[in-house]
Amino acid sequence: MEVGQLQRSFVEYMASLFREGFLDAQFSQLQQLQDDSNPDFVVEVVSLFFEDSERLLNDLTMALDQPNVDFKQVDAHVHQLKGSSSSVGAQRVKNCCVPFRNCCEEQNIETCLRCLQQIKQEYLLVKNKLQTLFELEQQIVAAGGAIPMVQ
Amino acid sequence: MEMFANSSSISKGMGEVVASDEPHVLAVDDNLVDRKLVEILLKKSSCKVTTAEDGLRALEYLGLAAHQDSSANSNGSKVNMIITDYCMPGMTGYELLKKIKESSMMKDVPVVIMSSENIPTRINQCMEEGAQIFMLKPLKHSDVERLRCQIMQCRG
Repeated sequence: MEVGQLQRSFVEYMASLFREGFLDAQFSQLQQLQDDSNPDFVVEVVSLFFEDSERLLNDLTMALDQPNVDFKQVDAHVHQLKGSSSSVGAQRVKNCCVPFRNCCEEQNIETCLRCLQQIKQEYLLVKNKLQTLFELEQQIVAAGGAIPMVQ
Repeated sequence: MEMFANSSSISKGMGEVVASDEPHVLAVDDNLVDRKLVEILLKKSSCKVTTAEDGLRALEYLGLAAHQDSSANSNGSKVNMIITDYCMPGMTGYELLKKIKESSMMKDVPVVIMSSENIPTRINQCMEEGAQIFMLKPLKHSDVERLRCQIMQCRG
C-alpha cells in the first residue's frame, strides 16, 4: 500500500476510535506531548498501561476467587485501574470502573464478577485497537511517510 | 530495584553544566502510568524530575524519614516543589504533606496534591494543611505549565 493510502487509513482509524468512545481527549493530550525529545512517548505510556492493567486484572481475578473476598482490596485494585485508564484516555475501560466500585461497596460477588468480565472485554478490545494503531504507524514510517496529526 | 528515578534535562555531551534555573520537582505517585505521565509533563515544562513510588521513599529522599538523622545527607534543599498523589497505600499524600510541613527545612517548599476524585472535604483538608494547589487527575500540559509559573514565583 502506498503512503497516502496508509496515512488515510490511519486518520480514519484514529477518528473511529474517538467516535466509538474507545479513546477520549486524554489520549490526544498524550499525542501532543510526543515530540523529538520524547519520540516514543505514546507507545511507552500505553505499554505501561498494558502491563499495569494485566497485573491488576490478574489480581482482581484472584481477589474475587477467595473464599472470603476482601472487597476493600478489590476496590483498591479497581481504583488503580480507573486511574491508569483515565490517564491514557482508555475511556471505555475507565467507565467500567465506576459501576465496579459500586458493586464493591455493596459487597456483591455476583455483580463484581460480571463487572470484571466486562472490564476484561473492554481492556482486550482497546488493547487490540491500540496495537493496530501502532502497527499502522510503523507501516507508514516504513513506507517513508510521516504520521499524520489527528485533532 | 531503583527506588528513585532521576532525570536531567541537560543535553548530553556538555558535561556537568548545572542549569540552576531549572526547578527540581519531586513527584510521588504509586501508579506506574501516572508516574510516567507526570514525569514527562514536568520535563516538558523544563523541570528536573525525581520520582518516588510512595510517601516513605519520598521522605527518605528528602532526608525526613523517621529513621534518618537530621544531619544526614539529603536532597531536601535541592527540591523546589513536591507534587504528590493523594491516594497511596501506606502513607497518603495528605500524611506526606503534614510531614513536610512539620519539617523546618522543607516547610516552605510548595506541595501540590493530585487526586482523581473531586471531594471538597478532602480538598479543604489539604489546603488547610498548607498545600499550594489541589489538582484533578488526569493532569494536562496546561496544568503543569501553570504549576511551573507558581514554582518560579515561589523561588523569588
